Amino acid sequence: MTGEFRDVAIVAFAQTDHRRRTDELSEVEMLMPVLHEVLERTGLATADIGFTCSGSSDYLAGRAFSFTMALDGVGAWPPISESHVEMDGAWALYEAWVKLQTGEADTALVYSYGKSSPGSVRDVLTRQLDPYYLAPLWPDSVALAALQAQALIDAGDTDEPALAGVAARSRDAARANSHAQIGGSVPQGDYVVRPLRTGDCPPIGDGAAAVVLAAGERARELCGRPAWIRGIDHRIEPHSLGVRDLTDSPSTRLAAERAGAFARPVDTAELHAPFTSQEVVLRKALRLGDDVTVNPSGGALAANPVMAAGLIRLGEAAARVHRGASDRAFAHATSGPCLQQNLVAVLEGDPR
Amino acid sequence: MTEVLSAPLVVEFPFTRSLGPVQSAFLTGLRERTVLGVRTADGKVLVPPVEYDPGTAEELRDLVKVAATGTVTTWAWNPGPRRGQPLDTAFAWVLVRLDGADTALLHALDAPGPDAVRTGMRVRVRWAAERTGAITDIACFEPYEEGEATGHQITAHSGEFGGETAVTGIVAPARLDYTYSPGRAQSQYIHALSGRRTVGERCPSCRKVYVPPRGACPTCGVATAEQVEVGPRGTVTTFCIVNIKAKGLDIEVPYVYGHIALDGADLALHGRIGGIPYDQVRMGLRVEPVWTDGGRYPDHYRPTGEPDADYDTYKELL
Repeated sequence: MTGEFRDVAIVAFAQTDHRRRTDELSEVEMLMPVLHEVLERTGLATADIGFTCSGSSDYLAGRAFSFTMALDGVGAWPPISESHVEMDGAWALYEAWVKLQTGEADTALVYSYGKSSPGSVRDVLTRQLDPYYLAPLWPDSVALAALQAQALIDAGDTDEPALAGVAARSRDAARANSHAQIGGSVPQGDYVVRPLRTGDCPPIGDGAAAVVLAAGERARELCGRPAWIRGIDHRIEPHSLGVRDLTDSPSTRLAAERAGAFARPVDTAELHAPFTSQEVVLRKALRLGDDVTVNPSGGALAANPVMAAGLIRLGEAAARVHRGASDRAFAHATSGPCLQQNLVAVLEGDPR
Repeated sequence: MTEVLSAPLVVEFPFTRSLGPVQSAFLTGLRERTVLGVRTADGKVLVPPVEYDPGTAEELRDLVKVAATGTVTTWAWNPGPRRGQPLDTAFAWVLVRLDGADTALLHALDAPGPDAVRTGMRVRVRWAAERTGAITDIACFEPYEEGEATGHQITAHSGEFGGETAVTGIVAPARLDYTYSPGRAQSQYIHALSGRRTVGERCPSCRKVYVPPRGACPTCGVATAEQVEVGPRGTVTTFCIVNIKAKGLDIEVPYVYGHIALDGADLALHGRIGGIPYDQVRMGLRVEPVWTDGGRYPDHYRPTGEPDADYDTYKELL
């Protein structure tokens, strides 16, 4: 992205405790406390929000039009200015950021949620694949990630012990994250689809997240140290897996370049890598050295509420800026098989 | 806290999709035991073929025939095949670059175990016995270690197969199984219905009573929790006359479907109105639920015989 942009910041972030099951809660019942929490942090009421955008997928819980029910939790009647993407909430945030750029709104509420527990998410995700050549074979999400992992091993980019190291580091970091679904010492376990073991895969569970965006001075009024979005961009790979070099992520690199990511070093990166092997690809694409703190939240390996896990990366990176633990951070979100589509945002705090 | 309800939910749908000229030729070819690719302007052969160049978006139409043998470019051993996958015993997922192609095709490899699989191994197509013009016409790949790579031996192909009818579409059935739980508010609503009671929830902020309750007030955006029994009688706020018989529904047409504001509720629910000729149903008609043995919700609503409700009493509920 180039040219003059309006200063927009993430001013608040909230998320649920992510859990394997939430049978006692409907989607809106799961989401609502998070909406209240994120608004409370800014002192805003629903009526003060200029634009609302959400991300979710009805296929996860098998509940048609669930996003309209979720809107009840916002207080969307009488009608508000609102939109929804059938994507991770990170892309809802992107839409909200664009809305703020137009000047039509000064504040935005972005939320997303995913209930994977009612269904089998490995199978559900096959329905997002090419309907002619892939979907009839039902290649599940772990299988596709495993093909990518083997390609990385063949290329000498990683090996099974290194992948186990990514898993251990992430779950260890998650000890400090009270919202994480799993943390601490988690065994690598058996192969799910070789070369990926249980430990290389994200936990399956339910959760929700929300952020508030604000522009210019409004952001400073609402937050002591806003996390300014200095750049944000998203790009996609060719859809045919066999056309891609699975060991690389040109779309992540391009999105990062367009977001101005490489202008100055970052101290933190929240990467949306549901599988350990995908962190290897992203580190390469984003040129992250050992001096960068990667996924201090534990990342998607500690909690992976599908459709919210990408937005959580933006929220976690912003929260570190808010509390002064980071001055410049990458936040990355992904969608689709083998890092098909990637979003990169650069977040900065005001100089201290 | 009442017990959380859950029930099996199956979402099943056949997608009927048409094919473009390149996909049509490819899937027709599979039916005829031939693998076709498409050549890009810079001479790359894409298998499986696509209609547009992934790099330049240029329209692609230059079909070529490639070999049914190839090389594994990456693999993953699947010890537990799942429903719908190509093989029902443990197998390897593989990306295979067929001889003559520059890109790889995803499929299954039938191999005795992970030790028998490696990147770079030679494989060949095992054709399905019955072929219909689908990616599953390739049953799977099988090891073919004796087959040397044949290099880029490709031949131009018209995409036509000697007068055989071309495949112009696919039907892709999909089925997903869920165990659905409706959450706290709706579980309590359904529990109450089993006792032939209709229970809504009141918003703590605006005091409106929602029936059925969904757990949140859509005006205030806050949780509703206070249980309020409503009805059983109510008022028809608006209605329509249904003249089309729904599939699998054993109700004679025409019949009336209406919005019914139960006494004490601030939101109308909908239900069938019976016990009265269809052309005598009117706004303001007072009705009550009719339960059938074993029914988990009112079968329909019938007139109570009371005088009609005054419009002002329900105009806010329209």
